[in-house]
Amino acid sequence: MIESYIPIFLILAVAVVFGVVSANMSWLLGPQRPNRAKNSTYESGMEPVRTAHDRFSVKYYMVAVLFILFDIEVVFMYPWAVQYRNLGLYGFVEMVVFIGILLVGFVYVIKKGALQWD
Amino acid sequence: MIPISHYLILSAVMFTIGCAGVLTRRNAIIIFMCIELMLNSVNLTFVAFSAYLGDSAGQIIVFFVMAVAAAEAAVGLAIVLALFRNKKSVDINDVNILKW
Amino acid sequence: MQQLLQDTLATAPLGVTILLSLVVILLHSFVKNSERAQAMVSVAGLAIAAAAAFWTFPMRGTAFSGMVMTGGYASAMSVLFIAGAALTILLARDYLGKIGADFGEFHILVLLAVTGMMAFASGLDLIVTFIGLEVMSVCLYVLAGMTRGRLEANEASLKYFLLGAFATGFFLYGIALIYGAAGTTNLAAIAQSASARAQDPLFLAGCGLLLVGFAFKVGAVPFHMWVPDVYEGAPSVVTGFMSTAAKASAFAAFMLVFIAKFDIAHGRISLALAMLSVASMVLGNVVAISQTSIKRMLAYSSIAHAGYMLIGLAAGTPAAISGVLFYLLSYLFTNIGAFGVVSIIENEKQENVSIESFAGLGTRRPLLGALMSLFLFSLVGLPPLSGFFGKYYIFYAAIAEGYTWLTIVGVLTSMISIYYYLRVVVVMYFRSDTDATAVPVTTLGTASLLLSAAGVLVFGFFPRLITDIADTLF
Repeated sequence: MIESYIPIFLILAVAVVFGVVSANMSWLLGPQRPNRAKNSTYESGMEPVRTAHDRFSVKYYMVAVLFILFDIEVVFMYPWAVQYRNLGLYGFVEMVVFIGILLVGFVYVIKKGALQWD
Repeated sequence: MIPISHYLILSAVMFTIGCAGVLTRRNAIIIFMCIELMLNSVNLTFVAFSAYLGDSAGQIIVFFVMAVAAAEAAVGLAIVLALFRNKKSVDINDVNILKW
Repeated sequence: MQQLLQDTLATAPLGVTILLSLVVILLHSFVKNSERAQAMVSVAGLAIAAAAAFWTFPMRGTAFSGMVMTGGYASAMSVLFIAGAALTILLARDYLGKIGADFGEFHILVLLAVTGMMAFASGLDLIVTFIGLEVMSVCLYVLAGMTRGRLEANEASLKYFLLGAFATGFFLYGIALIYGAAGTTNLAAIAQSASARAQDPLFLAGCGLLLVGFAFKVGAVPFHMWVPDVYEGAPSVVTGFMSTAAKASAFAAFMLVFIAKFDIAHGRISLALAMLSVASMVLGNVVAISQTSIKRMLAYSSIAHAGYMLIGLAAGTPAAISGVLFYLLSYLFTNIGAFGVVSIIENEKQENVSIESFAGLGTRRPLLGALMSLFLFSLVGLPPLSGFFGKYYIFYAAIAEGYTWLTIVGVLTSMISIYYYLRVVVVMYFRSDTDATAVPVTTLGTASLLLSAAGVLVFGFFPRLITDIADTLF
């Protein structure tokens, strides 16, 4: 029983060693000459103007909620797709009804302007 | 083969943790996360029974529970957002204007 | 394919309501400012759904591989929910505009809630019951917080949502344990082997958790904490809908699973039901006395009414079941009417309505005062109004089953209730009005109130109209 887990422990050990070593390799080998420009957030980019702890626009939230809703419905299509041939016409009609109902919801979302970014 | 009782004990413990969280935490979002934990512990029970009984119905039920939980999450977050806009707080101790 | 067509026809009320909500969603999406048209389409469509329910009434059986019940009980309960939704939509036309919440989504959510109720009350498989419950509940969470600028509404919907989802967790865990013990979620299959499993702790724990979920949804003590807050904070017409149709569907499913048709717990929950019933009747009626807000008073009274109906469930005989069904119908018309009057007063006063707000209503608006008195008398249970016969049938059946002590508690607490119901009538007729301005009520609102009143009177004078049907449902 326990012997069959040995490969897993081996992989685990290799993964930990590899991660720790590669994360610290550049610090060990590389030269360290810090200056002001190098320590800034984006070395060749723009200066950050204010704190990142800010309230996000509600648009992100709308899209996220809609994503959850439409995303989860796909879960019903996997078993249907796997059993498509066995379910036949009955299953097909039921899936059309299901997608039709979803589509009406989608039309509502679009018409309400929930997906418009501006 | 891990016996079914292990799964059942794990899901019962998760359910209890979620339940205790709902009763003791004061942040609406965290309470909601505890409720999700309860629903997911039930999902674990369903899947464990499904494997134990060799009956796929339990796994299909999990799909429905997931869909329902997603709908609840959408509605719940919208309600919390509406509250936050008016009250600037999601602490349920601040939600106390209705009482006898 | 033949089977699919047959099943679809047999579940026509559900299908028509789903189609109707899709039509209203599209109407709302494509035609701007069509709230009035949406309301009219909804009511017309609900009339078609009611016709479909009458048409499917004789088709007793099951559909979709034994997942849903058709005809008989399912059709009768569908008519009940449809009536509640139609009355609510008619009343809401006046009310919502004046509180600044004339959203077309109101109709969509009410219609979707009705589909959930139908599935909840006709599910023959616990998973259908669960999905129906959730469709209904999610719609109601949104409806409760519809006036999203008002802090009371935010609070009501947040509390309803958190406690409702919490109860859902218990409900679902109960289903999971029953599934594990019985190996199926089909109620007929569970009921067949229920007696063999009467000692199985896993199965009994599942039944107990399911019972907690149902007790929460019907608002029985000690699972009633959400009721007063939600009923007070939600818009009045929504409260009317929640306290009647939603409660009726919870009771309908409760009876289907535990009492009338399947009795999966094998009669082992009678004592628990009796305890819930006593606690609800006592706490509901006693706390209602001290309320100053009329909506909160009606909320506690609604807990008490859940207690009376639980007497019928505890007795569990066919006579008691038909009594509970009659009670549900009577309570639907009475309470939607009462909350309808409250919503009109709320429009007048533009504030949270206290019992004092009704001062002088009897002289200022005689019709409204008379209707409110009628509804309150029916809630008290005075003959010959329908509320009396609801209580009479339940108490009679309970005594026949040996629950005399439960009936005595029921009668005593009903006497307490006379005080707080009649206080409103006294305020309406014997207190002069202050600086009230009468807001005109449109024909739709009046029609809805008059229909409710007609229901209270007709079923009071001719109770056999309903009980004859109720006796033959299973």
